[in-house]
Amino acid sequence: MNRDNDKGKVLISRSIALGVMQLFLLFMIVFRLYYLQVYQADKYKTLADENRISTRLLVPSRGIIYDRHGVILAGNQQNFQAMMIPEQTHSIDNTLNLFKKIMPLSADEEKRIRKDIRHNRSFVPIKIKDNLSWEQATQILLNSPDLPGVIIDEGLSRYYPYGDIMAHVIGYVAAVSDKDEKDDPLLDMPGFKIGKSGIEKLYEKELRGKAGNVKLEVNAFGRIMKEIELIEGTAGNRVDLSLDVRLQKKAYELLGEESGAVVMMKVDTGEILAFASAPSFDPNMFSNGLSIENWKKLNQDEKKPLLNKAVAGLYSPGSTFKMVVGLAALEGGALNTNKYSSCYGKMMLGNHTFHCWKRDGHGTLNIVQALQHSCDIFFYETAQKIGIAKIASMARKFGLGSKTNVGIENEKDGIIPDAEWKKKRFGESWQLGETIISGIGQGYILTTPIQLAVMVSRIANGGYAVVPTFQKADDSDKTKFKNLGISLHNLDLVKRGMYEVVNVAGGTALGASFNFNGQQMAGKTGSAQVKRISMRERQTGVIKQEDLPWKFRDHALFVAFAPYDNPRYGVAVLVEHGRSGSKVAAPIAGQMLLEALKLDTTDEPVD
Amino acid sequence: MYKAYETSFKGQRLNWGDKLWNISFSYVFLIVLLGVIGITILYSAANGSWYPWASKQLIRFLIGFALMMALAFVDLRWFLRYAYWFYFLVLILLIAVEIGGHIGMGAQRWINLGFMKLQPSELMKIALVLALARYFNSTTLQSIESIKGIIVPTAMVIIPVFLIIIQPDLGTAIMLLLTAGAMFFTVGVQLWKFALLFCSGAAALPLAWHFLHNYQKNRVLTFLDPERDPLGAGYHIIQSKIALGSGGIFGKGFLNGTQSHLNFLPEKHTDFIFTMLSEEFGMIGGVLVIILNLLIISYSYFFALRSASYFGKLMAVGITSSYFLYVIINISMVLGMLPVVGVPLPLISYGGTVIMSVMAGFGIILAVNVNRFINIGKDQG
Repeated sequence: MNRDNDKGKVLISRSIALGVMQLFLLFMIVFRLYYLQVYQADKYKTLADENRISTRLLVPSRGIIYDRHGVILAGNQQNFQAMMIPEQTHSIDNTLNLFKKIMPLSADEEKRIRKDIRHNRSFVPIKIKDNLSWEQATQILLNSPDLPGVIIDEGLSRYYPYGDIMAHVIGYVAAVSDKDEKDDPLLDMPGFKIGKSGIEKLYEKELRGKAGNVKLEVNAFGRIMKEIELIEGTAGNRVDLSLDVRLQKKAYELLGEESGAVVMMKVDTGEILAFASAPSFDPNMFSNGLSIENWKKLNQDEKKPLLNKAVAGLYSPGSTFKMVVGLAALEGGALNTNKYSSCYGKMMLGNHTFHCWKRDGHGTLNIVQALQHSCDIFFYETAQKIGIAKIASMARKFGLGSKTNVGIENEKDGIIPDAEWKKKRFGESWQLGETIISGIGQGYILTTPIQLAVMVSRIANGGYAVVPTFQKADDSDKTKFKNLGISLHNLDLVKRGMYEVVNVAGGTALGASFNFNGQQMAGKTGSAQVKRISMRERQTGVIKQEDLPWKFRDHALFVAFAPYDNPRYGVAVLVEHGRSGSKVAAPIAGQMLLEALKLDTTDEPVD
Repeated sequence: MYKAYETSFKGQRLNWGDKLWNISFSYVFLIVLLGVIGITILYSAANGSWYPWASKQLIRFLIGFALMMALAFVDLRWFLRYAYWFYFLVLILLIAVEIGGHIGMGAQRWINLGFMKLQPSELMKIALVLALARYFNSTTLQSIESIKGIIVPTAMVIIPVFLIIIQPDLGTAIMLLLTAGAMFFTVGVQLWKFALLFCSGAAALPLAWHFLHNYQKNRVLTFLDPERDPLGAGYHIIQSKIALGSGGIFGKGFLNGTQSHLNFLPEKHTDFIFTMLSEEFGMIGGVLVIILNLLIISYSYFFALRSASYFGKLMAVGITSSYFLYVIINISMVLGMLPVVGVPLPLISYGGTVIMSVMAGFGIILAVNVNRFINIGKDQG
């Protein structure tokens, strides 16, 4: 009985101990609850919102690019894609079969669609076909009673109405690649495109706009339950270019099948009116995704349609360089109107003979006549007199030998050589012979067509260092540019020479002259040797350019401005392997300037 | 009044009126309150609908309530008399579902009663308590403290636990084991024996690990590191903590729990109902439920200690411990303090058998209180 008493006592004391233990554990739970719901509440509230709120970016519409008169050069066009929401269709097979009756689907496309359906939840819209036209989209919509679950999604895609003639300026947009800087969450959007070249790239920041976003509440399966917040994005800014689409068209028309470049600008503002590099390509191909065959075709073409020859093509300026040499000498006092030289077709330096392009020689001429006839001997002698340093310095003043930084990618510097440059480049000292051939723009000198346009504009505007730009200018005050400090008298002499090239009997580009309401052009021919003329050819007779294979023919160049007495437009024309500056390049420049002058009188918005 | 009540025990017979008068209605009130909270949360879990859970739960609760009240009127000696019979009957049912499962009916753990599915393993929680209470009532402290004396009760525990483990239902098996452990502790089994068991258990852990099913291993590993597999096995725990933590002090409001309504919270109507409650009603709601349970448990201990009979005391402690284990395991689990083992929160989680077994347990505790002056001898039975 005593033991039974103990048994009862043990039960009571152990029960109390057990009860206390259990109550204690329940209290512990309260502390844990406090820890999670009060102490860590903020952290979990954030996590809860991350769970349920899905933020989606709204792609802003890309800014429109206009020419100087408000013509759209790059716009957005609506494009449609057909999507299917699997859970809203009764039978995926039936719907796809009916769809195929309206619009054929390739086996690959169907395979992809079925794969997408398998890999997504049934409420996720699956793309059936994209890049549909409005007609195709309406056809699908008309049949929508038979196509349950098929919806049409609208989007914007970039469109270049002028295609190839604008490709080298406007550039194109394409999918973001790994190399692109990811400074905007938009760039991570699938299908988002950014400017990859030209103006599209240069003005990417302005054109892109700001993404809006929509905050959606989604459930655990990703189904959208409701819209919480919508922040509209900002469309990209419009960009107004200095280009005139009519001149641009004209430039390509004139270049025709040739390979070459035309750059035309306003001499007072640097506004580029036409910027052509031929042949070109269709930028719409790029924005819709380029096929491998097309890519190969573009890359293997010997006329290099993808190379922007206006900024990235390097050519000897040839005789178009003679104004620079002349000005260097005039400014240096080595030359004036009364200094005459005699040309007998060749000159000797040591045991080396330098030839004039005219075998019989030009006789006696001054700077104006030397320019008019493009006499080589005159400029050999002039160069020899003043030396390479002064020539190089004058060339640089006119923008040669360094990038214009107009904003088109892959622009090249070109070369304006001097003794220092040669030392650095080859480790050799400068030779007098090299100065002499530099006098006619040959030798090491390399320039781009846009540099030549800048050069002729600076000559035409009276020595103001205009800088080329694609931006439409608000005024035409050239004095905001630096004055190069060249005497107007000397500039006038050079301009006079250029005038005579075109308009006075004996000039090298007489055929290109025009007179539009008394407005005339002044210019200078040039041809750049691609293949050296050998001694043997000199003796046996130089092979005619026409008989050479295309790629060995000389490049034809022409720089010009108009009107002569009150210059407004400057132009540089290059035709690769065009043989003759006067016969091939000068007429193009003439037509361009004439067109610009004609349009001047009707300078009103078109289209 | 109590004197009079006690006197009526002299004849060891109580009339219905006495019994009804002595049912603790504050205890019943607490139970009903929890039940109502449960139905409310289930209404919210179905996005504000009685269908499919709340209405069914209400019916079950009412049936459970009737069962509880009926059991409250049962004479304590009746439980003693039928304790072993009941235990063996449930054991046979357990074997039956086991064999049924093997014959090819699939892994069935239950017998369909029409309005609910009866799980023998759930009944075993009551049956084992009754059987152990009867066994220890008839033995001596000397026997309890000897090795020989605990062989039989240990066997009474091990056999059903084994049957339930192979079902497999690890959660219920562990609960049975812990309930029995609490009773062994209460009757006075020496602490060193528990220590010994604990140490040998720890030593056998690697072996036990080997026998665990893959999904069970995953649950344990995931518990130790929920980030191990955030979208797979760790998903439950992570989402539960997010839902709960984001509820804050005051909660998001009735029917406004975002994580639960958007289905981020899995099993929101069963195992994770406490999370949903805490998301919508915040820490205040959670603590309220804990306090209600705390009161129920305290009351139960009070009734146990007040009972004159050893059998009544031990039975009440056993049933209370079983109930406590439900609560503590479920809440610890959803708070990320224990692996996810599939233990519901009694009275609140959706599920028929649990309501029945828990309400039956409360009925027995009420009966213990009603019969508190009945003295049961060691040799009775």
